[in-house]
Amino acid sequence: MADDYYISLGLMVGIEIHQQLSTGKLFCSCPCELSEKVTKRFERALRPSVSEMGEIDRAALEEAQKKLRFTYEATEFDCLVEADEEPPHSASSKAIRTTLLLSKMVCATPVDEIEFMRKIVIDGSNTSGFQRTALVSMMGKLDMPWKCIGIDTICLEEDAARRIAEDGQSVVFRIDRLGIPLIEIATAPDMRTPEEAREVAERIGTLLRATRMVRRGIGSIREDLNISISGGARVEIKGVQELDLIPEYVDNEVARQNALIAVRDELAARGITDVPGQKVDLTGRMKNSGSKIIQKAVGSGGAVLAVGLPGFAGLMRPDSEGVKRLGREMAFHARVAGVGGLFHSDELPDYGITDEEVDMIRSVLGTGENDGFILVADSMDKATAALERAVARARQAVRGVPEETRDPLPDGTSAYSRPLPGRARMYPETDVPPITVTAQMMREVEGMIPELPENIVARLRKEHSLSKEQSEALVKSGFDKLFDEMLSMGLSSKIVARTLINTMPELEKEGLDVGVLGKDVLADVLRRVDRGDFSKEGVPKLLARMIEERESPEEALAELNLTGASDIQVEAAIDRIIEEKRDFILERGDRAMAPLMGLAMKELRGKADGKLINEVMSRKINEILREK
Amino acid sequence: MSEKEFLAKALESKGLEPGDLVEVVSSDGRMLQGILMPHHEFSGGDIVTIKLGSGYNVGMRLRDPDAIRLIMKAETGKPLKAKIMTSSKAGGRSALPKISIVSTGGTIASYVDYRTGAVKPAITADELARSVPELADICTPKSEVLYSILSENMRPKNWSELAERIADHLNSGSMGCIVPHGTDTMGYTGAALAFSLSNLTGPVVLVGSQRSSDRPSSDSTLNLLSAARVCLDADLGEAVVLMHSGPDDEVCTIHRGTRVRKCHSSRRDAFETINGAPLGSVEGGRILLSADHEKRSNGKVLSDPRFDDNVAMLNFYPGLTAAKLRKYSDGASGLVIAGTGLGHVHQELIAEIARLTADDIPVCVTTQCIGGSVNLNVYSTGRDMLKAGAIQLGDMLSETAFVKLSWVLGHTDDIGKCREMMLLDMRREMGLRRPL
Repeated sequence: MADDYYISLGLMVGIEIHQQLSTGKLFCSCPCELSEKVTKRFERALRPSVSEMGEIDRAALEEAQKKLRFTYEATEFDCLVEADEEPPHSASSKAIRTTLLLSKMVCATPVDEIEFMRKIVIDGSNTSGFQRTALVSMMGKLDMPWKCIGIDTICLEEDAARRIAEDGQSVVFRIDRLGIPLIEIATAPDMRTPEEAREVAERIGTLLRATRMVRRGIGSIREDLNISISGGARVEIKGVQELDLIPEYVDNEVARQNALIAVRDELAARGITDVPGQKVDLTGRMKNSGSKIIQKAVGSGGAVLAVGLPGFAGLMRPDSEGVKRLGREMAFHARVAGVGGLFHSDELPDYGITDEEVDMIRSVLGTGENDGFILVADSMDKATAALERAVARARQAVRGVPEETRDPLPDGTSAYSRPLPGRARMYPETDVPPITVTAQMMREVEGMIPELPENIVARLRKEHSLSKEQSEALVKSGFDKLFDEMLSMGLSSKIVARTLINTMPELEKEGLDVGVLGKDVLADVLRRVDRGDFSKEGVPKLLARMIEERESPEEALAELNLTGASDIQVEAAIDRIIEEKRDFILERGDRAMAPLMGLAMKELRGKADGKLINEVMSRKINEILREK
Repeated sequence: MSEKEFLAKALESKGLEPGDLVEVVSSDGRMLQGILMPHHEFSGGDIVTIKLGSGYNVGMRLRDPDAIRLIMKAETGKPLKAKIMTSSKAGGRSALPKISIVSTGGTIASYVDYRTGAVKPAITADELARSVPELADICTPKSEVLYSILSENMRPKNWSELAERIADHLNSGSMGCIVPHGTDTMGYTGAALAFSLSNLTGPVVLVGSQRSSDRPSSDSTLNLLSAARVCLDADLGEAVVLMHSGPDDEVCTIHRGTRVRKCHSSRRDAFETINGAPLGSVEGGRILLSADHEKRSNGKVLSDPRFDDNVAMLNFYPGLTAAKLRKYSDGASGLVIAGTGLGHVHQELIAEIARLTADDIPVCVTTQCIGGSVNLNVYSTGRDMLKAGAIQLGDMLSETAFVKLSWVLGHTDDIGKCREMMLLDMRREMGLRRPL
């Protein structure tokens, strides 16, 4: 859509970027590494402490406590600090310097003294019950080619534990991620189009990687999008990991808010000012319903409850553009109460609910053609809670778009997760001494300012005659330094470029942590290819194995049986294929080449160079054809 | 004028106090508004800390007194106090059995003043009890704050007062007494209460926390609740220490007061019973006690907490000279030496032991090893130490030996009597068997 469209809607987008650092953990000396090998488990309870709750209601506390039991998994990379069995050490000076460096790169002014705070988080993701965070600098700016984007704040905080599993009563977390430093960069709400949001996020990501102090791989960078349009509300989509999906999230949120504003206007036009929300129990009347969901609920002693929504007819189904409206909104709110979903009158009769049943429901509720209703079937407790939440959401519709936090879904849309958090309660982290930002520190940081990405691109093109795309890909992925280093180790630029531009990002996409391959190991592998020990086609397979099994090149090569097929072996394999397919060759002539190459590659991939196979194959085919 | 004085003066001249809303102009002209916070001990001398609207505290350098100005005075009156609504006021509750809570301070009874960020010892014991509202479901807590001190600041006279208070509480009908205490010297106090109190009608449970109770992850809740369970349900008439058994919030261990040592500086399960099995455990409210324990008496609880506060204790170390030992023990009424291995000291010190003993100053010997017993019969050094008059205390913990010697010398000046009492196992502080 044209930019004018978004500008006319008053779209405002701000981004918060969270980037993990590779400097070592923030408050202990553990490495920033994740592991699948669990060495210890322990169980903890967290409770809201009196002092910051203000008032603790006895019942609420009890309710809270039921859910506040957590299992923690520790790995070889974790120590007593992550387990909350030892006070935090002083903040990592490497992480502090990296944050100051980034501040400098976006012209943000550091505070004179950095003071760590505790942000209370009792969902179990922090063993301590709080997240440590500090404001490091403020009021920076990001120069985009077309305008300047404000950087409000840059914070340094600790990442939370990884959520591994959940089973109703208890949640399992792994503490390997806990304590990894995160730089949080919050922009001003200066972006006006979905594409602009993506480009700003990308630019910040590039600057972060330019510091060469960041972690790589899935989950190492996460974006929160703050989106609003005029007449809408600020909505935060939290934890976007795919850069390319940012425009879609923004666009879909714009459409959603637009549709909800239209719903509000229509409700106003219909004179609707509130939702009474009187529930009726239809369990008896619907016990013979053909709906599977209702049968299941009633069969297990549950209830079928409904609420009338006067004046809501037609506003729950998707609008004429296909943008989903209140039906989906209410369903997501209902799900928070633990039900699978709800039925709304715009989609009925369907799902086994008949016309007669709809009429019956309408007559019991006393609602007419212009009214809507919603129906939930589940245990009495869940159904009641779900309906109450759905009604609360319907009431919000009368007022317009509610402010809320939403989860990004893989399809580019988002789902309600919780209300926007209030201003975080933060208390001083008394275990960590404040850090004075000295002139000396800032001088050091100045000396660390890296070559800017665009300059690196230009240099790579000039010095190594890479294409613009290749150079950009190297810079974007942050492998440019590695590229320089490996070339200086005497490796050929072609194989290095291929590996760093194609292979490594592919491995990362598969979820492999390429960070475990050191520069020297990687060089060792590529040198073997240069030497002809095995073919370049085998590189991805070999590296994947080395990462997964933490094997050395020798071990992995032996395991994969990649070490070079000799020319004689290649000839023999191709002879075999040619012999088998002689008739096929005679029949197809030159056109037999491609299918036979496929067969040969299947057998020889990784063991011999594709070029060699091609040569031999073409020679042999020609021999046969000549014989003819 | 130092930076710190300059800063204090600048703030004072403007009548600025923590809690006031202020505006600070930085050296490069940025203006920031926020609440003035108290100065952190480790902050730079010229730094003012302000809390921004976002909740973050930041430090700003103040070079010019005019760079800070008042926007609004803090609201006077007390900072917001947390209110806890419990159902404990309901009439029927008073029928629940009574448990006393006599608080001495420490992490378990400390909280952060969120306005200022300072960690303060001890709310009232009542607040402490009520910060764990579940307590009121199982008992009627009767609370008293005796001290608000960190346990490193305890002295023998505090042991005496504490013992007296506990006896009073138990003698007025409490099922048991919980003593919230700093963990650093909790083992010493455990031993002191063990020797001071006899005829206990219920358990005396020292309880602490390794993570302060203002933190959501505090171990204090489980420790306090388990201590209450012990007071209510255990047929136990001893002074004990109760803390986490492991890193999990599941099981607590009951340690005999005379046998327990803090073995880790920070872990929840820092406390261990040395040279034997713990007294018992509490899991999910269920108590398991070992067979070997003192049962509740019918009363009345007797308190005899006289301590000599002039006993000295030291670890022998390579290079300790007779001259240094003499200097250190000068004026002491008794000495505990934690020797190496089976209890040894440099042979040069043996004459000093003889001199002290001759002066009627008892010299007791323990081992500085974590576990095991002293035995001065094995090597010639040890035999010479015995000949010089050293009193070897078997597998008694050094800390317990120190407390016991203080207590014994509070009761007798006679070195012969002292020796006799030191060697008498009074509160299961010495074991004859150390199981494999």
